[in-house]
Amino acid sequence: MGISVEGANKSFGDFQALDDVSIEVPDGSLTALLGPSGSGKSTLLRAIAGLEELDTGRVVIDGEDVSTKPTQKREVGFVFQHYAAFKHMTVYENVGFGLKIRKWKKDKIRERVDELLNLVQLPGLADRYPSQLSGGQRQRMALARALAVQPQVLLLDEPFGALDAKVRKDLRTWLRNLHEEMNVTTIFVTHDQEEAMDVAGQLVVMNQGRVEQSGTANDLYEKPANEFVMSFVGEVNQLGDSYVRPHDIEIVGDKDENTEEAMVQRIVALGFEIRVELVLADGNEVWAQLTRQELQRLELREGQIAYLRPVHAKSFNGSPPPNSPGASTPPGSTDGGDAEITAAA
Amino acid sequence: MNSSVNDNRTSRWGLRVLGLGYIAVLLVAPLILLFYKTFEEGLAPPWEAITSSDGLHALKLTLLTVVIAVPLNTVFGVICSLLLVRHKWKGNWVIDAVINLPFAISPVVIGLSLFLLYGKQGWFEPGLAEAGIKILFSTPGIILACIFVSVPFVVRETVPVLQEIGTEQEQAAETLGANGWQTFWRVTLPAIRWGVAYGVVLCTARVLGEFGAVSVVSGNISGETQTLPLFVEKNYENFNLPGAFGAAVLLALLALVVLMAMNLLKRKEAS
Repeated sequence: MGISVEGANKSFGDFQALDDVSIEVPDGSLTALLGPSGSGKSTLLRAIAGLEELDTGRVVIDGEDVSTKPTQKREVGFVFQHYAAFKHMTVYENVGFGLKIRKWKKDKIRERVDELLNLVQLPGLADRYPSQLSGGQRQRMALARALAVQPQVLLLDEPFGALDAKVRKDLRTWLRNLHEEMNVTTIFVTHDQEEAMDVAGQLVVMNQGRVEQSGTANDLYEKPANEFVMSFVGEVNQLGDSYVRPHDIEIVGDKDENTEEAMVQRIVALGFEIRVELVLADGNEVWAQLTRQELQRLELREGQIAYLRPVHAKSFNGSPPPNSPGASTPPGSTDGGDAEITAAA
Repeated sequence: MNSSVNDNRTSRWGLRVLGLGYIAVLLVAPLILLFYKTFEEGLAPPWEAITSSDGLHALKLTLLTVVIAVPLNTVFGVICSLLLVRHKWKGNWVIDAVINLPFAISPVVIGLSLFLLYGKQGWFEPGLAEAGIKILFSTPGIILACIFVSVPFVVRETVPVLQEIGTEQEQAAETLGANGWQTFWRVTLPAIRWGVAYGVVLCTARVLGEFGAVSVVSGNISGETQTLPLFVEKNYENFNLPGAFGAAVLLALLALVVLMAMNLLKRKEAS
């Protein structure tokens, strides 16, 4: 069931949470809404669920305009960051809630809930209360509850945001596998670019209520539409007017017309990766990512002068016009008018 | 080290003695004395006073008032709390302030204001007289007075709980297909039930013991418009001490039952 949002606007008082947002989510995909806090990603998700009413614009699910449909008729599964578990109900009653509302027979409910608890790897915990579960278990229960009613689409609002790092990583992999198995169109909101790239096939980057760019993780990383996307999806250095990734900075011994002079300020060994912090002649700081072997070959020392050669530097002409690239452009066609400067070797 | 431990122990005992002493002298002693005086000459005199026709009538009238006023204030209290917490509106602070009025105003003043409304030359008097409905000096007036003084309890206990549970559980229920009514009965009400129950207990205690407002509007007619607190006062004034003490002990026992119910609820809430 594909989802599309067309020209969505939403304000809370003076704050414009959504500014003419349009997105296209293909049937069966797993899409991440990625952006910093206040970028409007949660508002957009809640608008798709009907938990937030749009000022203007449309929400279309499976070809049907659902903009005026109340939440309970939209058949969406929604998972909240803080689980929203029904605290006075057991795990069994939580997962079976939607089925009970739909007046399923008791033995049918029992069957379906057991099936789901197996799916989310919580068998045997049916009689526990949410307060007796860990955060990860609670979130899996919430997911089972959302899936119980066989929703057309699954919406997850920072689902792993309240969990610790280890549990987060496990759940990510698990969610990806679950999506492959169930094949329900899924949108999930996150502010963590690594999480988005790890889990989702398609990403929509949002900032200040607008869509900056959408595409695959590779598209965004290789062909960012503007400096916001470039700096949000991965690390970035600014060299004059252009931007370059830390692993795209070559350090060379001799200067030529494509190099910049810099002083090595600090060398930090982070296991396999080496982080070299440098100061440019104009006082700006940059850092380069090297491997252990490269560092040994270059024989860099703190305090010495080195020459930097940026490879794949990008410059964006001025700030991007509002919702220029990205908005409803299909993945892979996001050039955004950036010029690529590749240093001649 | 040692001296600080001792200091700690001394100050702890000091506080304990002070606190318990205060309660003992000001709260417990009068009650014990009341029980002692009541049963000084055996069970018969207070029993006779309570089971006299006036005594039984007072008890019945008090219980009737509780049975009508408490459910009404509970339903109103829950609706009002939902309005205050879930439907943000500019005028909410006015509602909030008005609900607190019965806490701030003396019950006698409340009784007088009802008098002005329903009494001779009162606003509502002509219409009511035409319909043959008597409010003052009869049961409806007593119930109205009790409702007035006990309005705030359920609201005050429910609002903080509603704020604390937030809206996410309700929204989750909505996404699962529940309509407003189903969400309220299956999710909201179970989540706030201990807060509401606590408010109901406090409301009941207040209605049981209300004296000032009722004494103004009821006329205090024995066997007709006399609640238990009024019965106590009348017997006391008439030097019928066994009657006064007997009814007083009965009131105290009813209140104790209510308070015990409250403590049970508290314990249940904690677990």
